[in-house]
Amino acid sequence: MASATTTTAATTMTKDVILKVEHLSMRFGGLMAINDFSFEAYRGEITALIGPNGAGKTTVFNCITGFYKPTMGMITMRQKSGKEYLLERLPDFEITKQAKVARTFQNIRLFSGLTVLENLLVAQHNNLMRASGYTILGLLGFPAYKQASKESIELAKHWLERASLIDRADDPAGDLPYGAQRRLEIARAMCTGPELLCLDEPAAGLNPRESLALNDLLQGVRKDTGASILLIEHDMSVVMEISDHVVVLEYGQKISDGNPEFVKNDPKVIAAYLGVEDDEVEDVIAEVEGEEGGLK
Amino acid sequence: MSNMTNKLENAGGDLTARALREAFYAGLISLGLFFLFVGLKSDQNILNELILVQRWGLLAVFVIVAAVGRFFVVAYLQPLNARRKASKDAAATTETREGYIKRNFTVIAGVLLILYPILAVALFGVQGSLKWVDNFGIQILIYVMLAWGLNIVVGLAGLLDLGYVAFYAVGAYSYALLSSHFGLSFWLLLPIAGLLAACWGVVLGFPVLRLRGDYLAIVTLAFGEIIRLVLINWTEVTKGTFGVSGIAKASVFGIWSFDISAPNNFAKYFDLPMSSAYYKIFLFYLILALAALTAYVTIRLRRMPIGRAWEALREDEIACRSLGINTVTTKLTAFATGAMFGGFAGSFFAVRQGFVSPESFVFLESAVILAIVVLGGMGSLTGIAIAAVVMIGGTEILRELTFLKSIFGPDFTPELYRMLIFGLAMVVVMVWKPRGFVGSREPTAFLNERKAVSGSFTKEGHG
Ligand SMILES: Nc1ncnc2c1ncn2[C@@H]1O[C@H](COP(=O)(O)OP(=O)(O)OP(=O)(O)O)[C@@H](O)[C@H]1O
Ligand SMILES: [Mg+2]
Repeated sequence: MASATTTTAATTMTKDVILKVEHLSMRFGGLMAINDFSFEAYRGEITALIGPNGAGKTTVFNCITGFYKPTMGMITMRQKSGKEYLLERLPDFEITKQAKVARTFQNIRLFSGLTVLENLLVAQHNNLMRASGYTILGLLGFPAYKQASKESIELAKHWLERASLIDRADDPAGDLPYGAQRRLEIARAMCTGPELLCLDEPAAGLNPRESLALNDLLQGVRKDTGASILLIEHDMSVVMEISDHVVVLEYGQKISDGNPEFVKNDPKVIAAYLGVEDDEVEDVIAEVEGEEGGLK
Repeated sequence: MSNMTNKLENAGGDLTARALREAFYAGLISLGLFFLFVGLKSDQNILNELILVQRWGLLAVFVIVAAVGRFFVVAYLQPLNARRKASKDAAATTETREGYIKRNFTVIAGVLLILYPILAVALFGVQGSLKWVDNFGIQILIYVMLAWGLNIVVGLAGLLDLGYVAFYAVGAYSYALLSSHFGLSFWLLLPIAGLLAACWGVVLGFPVLRLRGDYLAIVTLAFGEIIRLVLINWTEVTKGTFGVSGIAKASVFGIWSFDISAPNNFAKYFDLPMSSAYYKIFLFYLILALAALTAYVTIRLRRMPIGRAWEALREDEIACRSLGINTVTTKLTAFATGAMFGGFAGSFFAVRQGFVSPESFVFLESAVILAIVVLGGMGSLTGIAIAAVVMIGGTEILRELTFLKSIFGPDFTPELYRMLIFGLAMVVVMVWKPRGFVGSREPTAFLNERKAVSGSFTKEGHG
């Protein structure tokens, strides 16, 4: 743990922090879902947030993206321009609109009755609203809106190609297979033009081939748009392969933080998470706690 | 396919037997059901005594209708549907080209509507056209417009509004009061009435923004009732239940008037015989133009970011917020836009009736408008127009069915069964087409081809 902190401290000097979470706590009634959790995500990197079921990963995301108001703590988003936003103070939609943080959901939330293309157009709402003079100029047929509308379709096309969904552009989103829906949700989030993309278990339920396609998509997103990615993932092989930095959460607390190599070899993480079948996790946790007690 | 028919024919004997059996049961059940309701009627005789009137003939009619109806359903309708379904399944893979009428539906409907009063005059004469233009044409078009307005709130944004008639009332009273107090013209008051209704839409919108589903529905219902009660009780302004009468007529942009005494009277100007039919025909074109405006704006708005945001809101509100859409303003604009069209329709209503009273704005009206939206297929303008024609036209036709008197006796007034038939028709349509007449959704943008989105993917919204 101590070594992990020093690694983080060392990297902070050289790397540009995009998201800083400090002393984040979230309480649901009697349950402390997140307890004094701090971490940093760096610009241009893929940061993975991992942890066993119920560790509080989705709750962290919901706090970052404004769907929950944290009980305590501070979340700072620093944009490329140097502008800083305190996310815990912004309403959820402003976090996407101004702070440029986009997200996907653990249980996919597409507009299933809209076509794939329309899903991507809805994501460009704020740009198009401005271009259409808040609807009024657009209704009167001003050319600025027509131009913006054309551009929005071009952007949608670009992301459809990236997500290899271009053939299904005119089909209802609800008609896509599961893997394609995951990719569409990411493409839709990218259409909002984010600097930080938060993905909640993007690889869950994907077959190996779809998983590979997803990796490519994410690597491409990072390389070409410069967007940083924060992702929650269960599948360690995915995490180890694509992430630059891993934060491990257990029972709402951080147990490890560092590069994948470091985290992989952290005995706490191994005990709590790696190489253990899902149903055995509880036994191991008990064991580890016993050991820790002994060590102390 | 031919196999299928053969099989059906072989089963023909069986089928008739089954149909007869089911018809018998249906008759039996309806006998049990209607024995007390229809067969016996409590009444007062001249001495004010309570007596039982026996109506065995009427009861027999009910039972026979039920039995024969069941027979036809089992013997003909069900096999027909099965066959049609089978052929549809077979054809589902091959792209069917839409028929000429279907492709050009809007244009054909538009032309027919424009010609409608002319046809009515040609067929029934100036005076005889009155009934067709007023009772059918105008009446149906008012409901088409109202339902199209409500469609923005319910069909597109997915917000269940049970108090839509409140905006209709605001529009009607705005025109009635402002025109009788200040003598302003219809053309000036029309946009004002729309604006006032839109303001009330926002006023309603604010408190209900945080509510969803059933709660939203109940609060909007209450809002509708509040407006009506204010109209009844604020007697100094609204004259309460007496209503506002003597509302000024509209004029053709101030060029020709329909006031009999006015020097620029339409009929006088053109040397035509005096008749109220011209005014009705003018009103027909007026409501046609207003309805067309509603449709046009709706179609345009759907292709704009705000319209897409409404539909996205219906599909998934949380996803909307995650995309940076301000759901508060989006909902408010939906309420305001819907209310504005309600206000337009309301001021038209006042001009047409020349009289408004709270009686016209009861909850039943909201329910009928909502029923039309749901029956038509939420979000589909064509479907809603068809539903309005069927439901409002259908109930108007009841007035015409005087021949029923010869069957059910001279006391029979078919209008009294209006709501019964309305309800029955709704049940039938909802069983037959659970998503309304037009269940599919037209996408607002496409890359290669415009494919309708099947109703099984679209959501109804959660409030
Ligand atoms: N809205 C809520 N109200 C009450 N409790 C909640 C709420 N959201 C989450 N929790 C609780 O907080 C804890 C953390 O949940 P969370 O969904 O963040 O876990 P997770 O790490 O995302 O798990 P998984 O891997 O299963 O997705 C759980 O015990 C959960 O029951
Ligand atoms: Mg989760």
